[in-house]
Amino acid sequence: MAHAAAHDTHDDHGHTPGFFTRWFLSTNHKDIGTLYILFAIMAGLVGGALSGLIRAELMEPGIQIFREGSWLAQIKIAGSPLIEPSKQGYNVVVTAHALIMIFFMVMPAMIGGFGNWFVPIMIGAPDMAFPRMNNISFWLLVAAWVLLVTSMFVDGGPGKGFGGGWTLYPPLSTSGHPGPAMDCAILSVHLAGASSILGAINFITTIFNMRAPGMTLHRMPLFVWSVLVTVFLLLLSLPVLAGAITMLLTDRNFHTHFFDAAGGGDPVMYQHLFWFFGHPEVYILILPGFGIISHIVSTFSKKPVFGYLAMAYAMVAIGFIGFVVWAHHMYTVGMSIQLRAYFVAATMVIAVPTGVKVFSWIATMWGGSIDFKVPMLWAIGFIFLFTVGGVTGVVLANAGIDYSLHDTYYVVAHFHYVLSLGAVFAIFAGFYYWFEKMWGVKYREWLGALHFWVTFIGVNLIFFPQHFLGLQGMPRRYIDYPEGFATWNKVSTIGYEITAVGVLIFLLVLIDAMVFRRKAEANPWGEGATTLEWTLSSPPPFHQFSELPVIKPDVH
Amino acid sequence: MTSSFHGLRTRAAGALAGAGAAFWGATAWAQDKFGQPTDGAIDLQPGVTPLREQAIWFHNIILLPIITAIVLFVLGLLVWVMIRYNKRANPTPAKWSHNTPIEIVWTVVPVMILMVIAVFSFRLLFAYNDMPKPDLTIKATGYQWYWGYEYPDQKIGEFISNVLPEDEAKARNVPYKLAVTEPLYAPVGKVVRVQVTGADVIHAFAVPSFGIITDAIPGRLNETWFKADRIGVYYGNCRELCGVDHAFMPIEVHVVSQADFDAWVAKKGGEVAGAAPAPEAAPAADAAGEPAAATAPAATPVSTTPAAPAAATPAPAAAPGAH
Repeated sequence: MAHAAAHDTHDDHGHTPGFFTRWFLSTNHKDIGTLYILFAIMAGLVGGALSGLIRAELMEPGIQIFREGSWLAQIKIAGSPLIEPSKQGYNVVVTAHALIMIFFMVMPAMIGGFGNWFVPIMIGAPDMAFPRMNNISFWLLVAAWVLLVTSMFVDGGPGKGFGGGWTLYPPLSTSGHPGPAMDCAILSVHLAGASSILGAINFITTIFNMRAPGMTLHRMPLFVWSVLVTVFLLLLSLPVLAGAITMLLTDRNFHTHFFDAAGGGDPVMYQHLFWFFGHPEVYILILPGFGIISHIVSTFSKKPVFGYLAMAYAMVAIGFIGFVVWAHHMYTVGMSIQLRAYFVAATMVIAVPTGVKVFSWIATMWGGSIDFKVPMLWAIGFIFLFTVGGVTGVVLANAGIDYSLHDTYYVVAHFHYVLSLGAVFAIFAGFYYWFEKMWGVKYREWLGALHFWVTFIGVNLIFFPQHFLGLQGMPRRYIDYPEGFATWNKVSTIGYEITAVGVLIFLLVLIDAMVFRRKAEANPWGEGATTLEWTLSSPPPFHQFSELPVIKPDVH
Repeated sequence: MTSSFHGLRTRAAGALAGAGAAFWGATAWAQDKFGQPTDGAIDLQPGVTPLREQAIWFHNIILLPIITAIVLFVLGLLVWVMIRYNKRANPTPAKWSHNTPIEIVWTVVPVMILMVIAVFSFRLLFAYNDMPKPDLTIKATGYQWYWGYEYPDQKIGEFISNVLPEDEAKARNVPYKLAVTEPLYAPVGKVVRVQVTGADVIHAFAVPSFGIITDAIPGRLNETWFKADRIGVYYGNCRELCGVDHAFMPIEVHVVSQADFDAWVAKKGGEVAGAAPAPEAAPAADAAGEPAAATAPAATPVSTTPAAPAAATPAPAAAPGAH
């Protein structure tokens, strides 16, 4: 990796705009990054609260929360319950939890937040290529959020809101939900998609055109590589989703029959289109995390990243293969045997570059001098938990086993291990890693460590027992279940309660840092932190690199 | 081809027997109930079809030991680097960042592990695909939120299977949310073809102890099969989100002796194979053979009163002469 040879370019011209101009008309990548991160924290709290409703409902057999007379039904706004206390309400919450966590928490945090903040700085650029478009990307996301929340409170057909799952499968999303809630949800995803496509164009242009002198592609920090791969996936997959949901929209409103069998259409066609987007999407959620983890592992081991080129091209390979495995989500729809066999083989191939990454992280630590600071705790937690989620992915790749586990809690456990315990751990790792850089104040070390340990115990207690539930055959998206699933559901809900304490500790970390305002250092991590952001002050000047840094090769 | 697979399977079984036995000896599942979940269990529901048994074997003897070993290996490496290379144990970090041989090893070894998995995986997948000549056919149609079943060979027209209400389930001492008003019946040891379609939205017909799941998609007739080797009652579920009562359209299959099956068929007014055609065929017999118009729930045959249950309380729509 390149050695940062930047010198002081801290020439802040000292004219930060006024509050409204700065935060509502922002064209500054760091301010927009901050907006994205604050937005993601807000959305994460909402999405996390929704998952609390799910776990509370599933704590015991029977319907306790989503029925008339429960405490949920007492939470009212303008006389009617905030969330419909019904089975439809449960499905709406499950759907909203997924959409919020994917489109409004993980993506804004990783790409919009850390990407905006650190991609320009890491490549030695003064800002993003299209600063005004950057602002549009953010505010489109806010509009998408408003539409999604609106969708929860308007009529869906079977009740308030859309309760057909984040995959929006027709006919449940067409004839099954005739009300306007589904149209709101479609338009919300459209806007979130447009926001991401604009962001992707911005990142690609920035990374290809605005690297500082000497910053060749093969000297780019791995986080920049990870964002580059991610935004290519966005650019290539999101238009397909946009097409699919546009066809849903016209099926619903203009009497087309793209996905209506009675009119000559095919509901399975939608699933192919959706998963052609949906599978790359899950790599979009995790790839920037790979980049973040590489930096943290290297920084706190005080050792360069092991196998830099292999790490970069493993991400390229994962991105590429991610586009040709989509139908492993559809082993049960009645595809021909040849197709199923192909998707089994292609899916298993992904384990190879992923394994390269896991082993390279460990090799980076090997021989290092590891300092267990808070970001490193999250990073090591990530490596282990991502491995657990990865190997269950190999199990599910086998169609023969999928026939026993498809749409069970085993799948839920698998994707929460790679996303909730993978992507989210990577986000927290990055958040603590760049905390001083972004906010200009320090967090309290022991509080951050406590946050990690409580969360680590809590999320494992939530999701590990769900493997057992899935093996015993408990289907996903069930509001109620037979007595035979009671024990592990109870354990899972207790795990949620512990995790919720972890979230409170996280809020304490933020409040503590805000109240005490311990002055940040430019580089709190010492010799291991070699990328360009650590050559700037904390927080960086409003405009950095008015004079471009020059990157010299270091000895590999 | 088959025999070489068997040879490989036997050798691999020998090599992994120790690991497999350590995880789940046969005794471990002996406590698991057949056909329904066991509270607190941590393994796959026991199987009663050759496919499910092969799938369980693949999971417990091949996949689970491999993934457990990988996770423990990664955990061991992490623990080792944390002990050996923390800043107190190793104050001066090394600076190397390349080692081509080890990189080749950790690329090639996973490829080989995956190839071993793939051999067994494809064998299982193709076994699912190779349905023997079926002895009888059942057609299952998913509705919001109940199942309709037809036995075209026996000329039993579509009858409706609802979730059994809680008080009735308690009274009969059967598991609520699994038991149904009108179970499926299948003869033991016979190849049963299940054709599955959806009438309104997508559902999925899944029975864990048979190891089968097939989506019930409007406009498609999907097919799966099972050959149950053990007499008993086996429960399944709808496994594709289909609306508000998704959790309340279970599946119940009674695997019975051929004699009991014939008796059930006679009771349902169907034709027992080999016997003289029942004098009064069910009025829906003419509708039984043709694929029901997938899009219109109204196409339900007239022999039963489907009485689409209200969303909140799926009422039993028992056909005359049930139980």
